[in-house]
Amino acid sequence: METLLNLVSALYFHIGETEKKCFIEEIPDETMIIGNYRTQLYDKQKEEYLPATQGLGMFVEVKDPDEKVILSRQYGSEGRFTFTSHTPGEHQICLHSNSSKFSLFAGGMLRVHLDIQVGEHTNNYAEIAAKDKLTELQLRVRQLVEQVDQIQKEQNYQRYREERFRQTSESTNQRVLWWSIVQTLILVAIGFWQMRHLKSFFEAKKLV
Amino acid sequence: MEWLRGCSGRLLVLVQVLLWGWARGSELTFELPDNAKQCFYEDITIGTKCTLEFQVVTGGHYDVDCRLEDPDGTVMYKEMKKQYDSFTFTAAKNGTYKFCFSNEFSTFTHKTVYFDFQVGEDPPLFPNENRVTALTQMESACVSIHEALKSVIDYQTHFRLREAQGRSRAEDLNTRVAFWSIGEAFILLVENRPPLGFSSIPGLTYFALSIQMLLKTLMKQARGTPAEG
Repeated sequence: METLLNLVSALYFHIGETEKKCFIEEIPDETMIIGNYRTQLYDKQKEEYLPATQGLGMFVEVKDPDEKVILSRQYGSEGRFTFTSHTPGEHQICLHSNSSKFSLFAGGMLRVHLDIQVGEHTNNYAEIAAKDKLTELQLRVRQLVEQVDQIQKEQNYQRYREERFRQTSESTNQRVLWWSIVQTLILVAIGFWQMRHLKSFFEAKKLV
Repeated sequence: MEWLRGCSGRLLVLVQVLLWGWARGSELTFELPDNAKQCFYEDITIGTKCTLEFQVVTGGHYDVDCRLEDPDGTVMYKEMKKQYDSFTFTAAKNGTYKFCFSNEFSTFTHKTVYFDFQVGEDPPLFPNENRVTALTQMESACVSIHEALKSVIDYQTHFRLREAQGRSRAEDLNTRVAFWSIGEAFILLVENRPPLGFSSIPGLTYFALSIQMLLKTLMKQARGTPAEG
């Protein structure tokens, strides 16, 4: 029973009624993310946070790096969402409460316990051991393999990001070079045009 | 392991909790709007060794205020405008520890902050494992490789954050250079044009007009002061 209460007894924060809290996860592709959350509502009479009522749920929305929504679902007061990235980059996980009954919050805040596991941490080794019938040593090695896999994916993603960074820097370099040339040409052209205009004016006035 | 097979979702989660029950490590990246403060809380038992690490990824001068308080409200760690820091402490009391990130000193820049709050040790692979049980050489080799790889992953994370920071600065610079060159080209062309309807007067341009106005105001000021005196 105690362990059930300890479920997702991780980090928590407070969220307002209409507030939307977003978290960013920058991950390589084919990486799984599991998020667990639990909500508690402040009870004014008992002056403590109690598990939220059944009607109160959380709306979870996950966007991929191209701003496309890959997960958009409503869960109850306690929930677990899973998704796997198909493009590398910044994924955005947003949570907000679906409460339409304003009296439910009573001017207070909703306490949300959140735990997000990424990549290798999502693996349930007990399940893997049972499924593949691994010995203890094999399971340990399997864990190392998963870790190295994650490191390798991250490094591939790093290579792709570094290339983008280099392209941006080279583009800036080009723009600065291009601009200094154009600026010089504009100034020379303007000077030339003004001289010509003044000369024609003085010639017209018969001063030259 | 037999009882794991064919179990319901609830039971599976329970097993995961048994595996996680040892400690929690939370790693989150969130956006902190200007003039905002975001607090996180965690219940920690006495004697647990905890580490709080944070890094500002994007925004302004890449700095944020951070504060860590113990259950009685005593400030254990307080730093203003820090870009990156790591703070380790051992919980001296049971209760809810609170740490806050503040961007209240900034007027219009949003900051993206990453933090990693490690509480206690990571759960062992086998829930029934006793610290006292002797491990074979192979097993202890596996354990040390696991720890080494964990630190590799940690370094990778920090490297990724620094790269994101550098890249965001580079992209900002690129946009600014583009706007600056277009803007300056426009100003140069407009300034050196004669104003509408005055093209017959040579040397008369917006630039010349503005210089004339400036000289007029300066002369007025110079004439004005001796009269007052």
